[in-house]
Amino acid sequence: MSMNFTKKAVLTLSALLLAAPATLAQGLNNLRIMAPAAPGGGWDQTSRSLQSVLQDEGVVKPVQVFNVPGAGGTIGLAQLYNAKGDGNLLMTMGLVMVGAIQTNNSKVDLSRVTPIARLTGEYEVIVVPTSSPYKNTADLVAAWKANPGAVAFAGGSAGGTDHMLVGLLARAAGVDPKKMNYVPFSGGGETLAALLGNQVAAGVAGYGEFEAQIKAGKLRAIGISAPKPQPGIAVPTLKSQGYNVDLANWRGIVAPPGISASEKATLVAALDKMHKTKAWKDTLKTRNWTDLYMSGSKFDVFLKLEAVRTKGILQDIGLVK
Amino acid sequence: MDAITSLFAGFETALTPINLLWALVGVTLGTLVGVLPGIGPALTVALLLPVTAKLPPVSAFIMFAGIYYGGMFGGSTTSILLNTPGESSSIITALEGNKMARKGRAAAALATAAIGSFVAGTIGTMLLTFAAPAIAEIAVQIRPEAKFSLIMLAFVTISATFGGSPLRGLISLFLGLCIGLVGTDLQSGQARFTLGRPELLDGIEFVTVVIGLFAIGETLYVASRLRKDKASVIKLEGNAHMTREDWRRSWKPWLRGTALGFPFGAIPAGGAEIPTFLSYTLEKRLTKHPEEFGKGAIEGVAGPEAANNAAAAGVLVPLLTLGLPTSATAAILLAAFQQYGLQPGPLLFVTSPELVWGLIASLYIGNVMLLALNLPLAPVWAKLLLIPRPFLYAGILVFSTVGVYSLNNSVFDLVLLAIFGVIGYGMRRFDFPVTPAIIGVILGPTAESFFRTALQQSNGDYSTFVRQPLSAFILFIVALSLIVPAVLKARKQPVVSG
Repeated sequence: MSMNFTKKAVLTLSALLLAAPATLAQGLNNLRIMAPAAPGGGWDQTSRSLQSVLQDEGVVKPVQVFNVPGAGGTIGLAQLYNAKGDGNLLMTMGLVMVGAIQTNNSKVDLSRVTPIARLTGEYEVIVVPTSSPYKNTADLVAAWKANPGAVAFAGGSAGGTDHMLVGLLARAAGVDPKKMNYVPFSGGGETLAALLGNQVAAGVAGYGEFEAQIKAGKLRAIGISAPKPQPGIAVPTLKSQGYNVDLANWRGIVAPPGISASEKATLVAALDKMHKTKAWKDTLKTRNWTDLYMSGSKFDVFLKLEAVRTKGILQDIGLVK
Repeated sequence: MDAITSLFAGFETALTPINLLWALVGVTLGTLVGVLPGIGPALTVALLLPVTAKLPPVSAFIMFAGIYYGGMFGGSTTSILLNTPGESSSIITALEGNKMARKGRAAAALATAAIGSFVAGTIGTMLLTFAAPAIAEIAVQIRPEAKFSLIMLAFVTISATFGGSPLRGLISLFLGLCIGLVGTDLQSGQARFTLGRPELLDGIEFVTVVIGLFAIGETLYVASRLRKDKASVIKLEGNAHMTREDWRRSWKPWLRGTALGFPFGAIPAGGAEIPTFLSYTLEKRLTKHPEEFGKGAIEGVAGPEAANNAAAAGVLVPLLTLGLPTSATAAILLAAFQQYGLQPGPLLFVTSPELVWGLIASLYIGNVMLLALNLPLAPVWAKLLLIPRPFLYAGILVFSTVGVYSLNNSVFDLVLLAIFGVIGYGMRRFDFPVTPAIIGVILGPTAESFFRTALQQSNGDYSTFVRQPLSAFILFIVALSLIVPAVLKARKQPVVSG
């Protein structure tokens, strides 16, 4: 093992020290992917996984990832809009950006860019501390209806996916979303701490953030926002408990406005090809991402519907007029 | 007993030549990014994530741990030598450390920082080894009410950094508080003081303020004085190492700093900065040489440096045992675990013992490596001060600008940097202390968010701050520290006047 091991190590080390210039291939060349967030976050990880699969499988060479963080991705979106007609540029985005466009009053919205594909997603889960009296969503909702302010939900930043889910559940359960008590935290860790410390009634986040605690029996998952039960996740859906709530924190890819139809077709074809590779399926597995692939005109329609729905939820919560 | 057996197994993993090499790469890189202003361990690890995806997880984490601890060691270097903190947790170190450097005692200041970091890092790692699960259980029980009160305590201690004039200190503090308000309000999602600029929605990057006020401000100030005081070339003391007296004055602050820093690291959203403030104030109160504070007291370097390293070890406690990131670097490390399909948390010790214990063992090794790397380097670093100032400060200017630009790749940040640089120059020119402003930027937003979270969780009940025992106790200490000095003064006065 040590020989191979050392070789690998040396290779990685040298890759660390100098970025190896990749060789050219036919078709789409010199693709650049913008991650509109800081290194390490979800969009950055998606962009870099995409980069390595596209390169390793020889779909596109070379691929470069760069970060334009800020304001829920809307700064990157404005930059993408300005790169009109650039057929070699992609940007990772997702539901969070759809929401941020509304809450930040962004001048550019997603109707101004070219949709390419939806890639992955993660379903949201509602959890309570193990010592909580609520055994299922009905228990929680009963207490919530009795006194909306007294049932505090912890989750990510205001107007984000977690907040949207609580808003959707409120509407489905007949609780006034404006009266709900949502406690936003800037990082997933703080939500977890508030739950483990029994400081809030319930918490919301992507399943992956709570998985370890759910499996260790430190938190009880009472509902997942998926349309149907997920393989390997023993949590009942909210739908099966009678609440018509379906929300995925999805991530996708868009291109600048003003690219030609054939340029768009080339980009869609490249992602279609990438999606079929084994390397991408393996990536989804290790990362625990749900495959929500959808490309071409289907994604165009989805994006429009999602923008309308998001606006409705944010208005219900009272974040957007 | 179990922990010891596992730890030995961990050392077997960490002591293989290849993992030792990774640890060395990590600590060297960490020291470098620590020294460079703006570029911190969080950003470095994040940038390395994709490159290390093909490494075995154990090796990658051993390197990351080295970067993490190395950053904490390196941060003090520029603080002491150039009055330009490399990391936010080394701001306090600049207060006394830079004064020591100006007196020619740079090497001693660097040495006490390095040894203090080593002592704190090692004790912190031992606590992590043997008591992690218990500490983590307690840490998550600390409610936002108590955290808010703790920050109130930190606010009361700020006066120690005011220097000569309390009024100037307060103005500086309020400047910091105002800067901290800019950005999207976490609770309501509404923009505050953003002047309609989307770049300001996430608030002003803390690093930009620090580098602007410190590095750029200092550079402008030095440049403006260059012609006037040519004579003040910093001389280096012949004796590069710590004297017996230095050791005697350092060891207690190291231990006290460790005791303050470790729990803060373990508390969610505690951070490495607040314990450095508290440690500085504590050392200033306890010292036998109060006249030296503000002029280069070694205790003021030893305590805070130990505190920030202990906090770094503390951060790993909730990360490994609960999967709970309590700092920016920890959040990135969490992302690194997820990259390998691993979930830190209660099960990690069971599912991947080799990784966890290898990582913990590598922390001990990394600490020793860092000491071995930094102690001999202290006199070498100190020689930096012999570089003619125009070149030296030109270099600082370049590195600061690159550092700030690298945060967001944004020109807007550079404009902000320039603005804060001019403010920093003005503050020096008119004798306003810079540190309270920075403390305001750090503490203001955290205090606000804990205050409002506490109120939200209690459904708007203000009495929650005094009904919660720990919070009530801390608030009581805050009240005491405000009232007692005033009462003592009032009792003394009649004697003086009569």
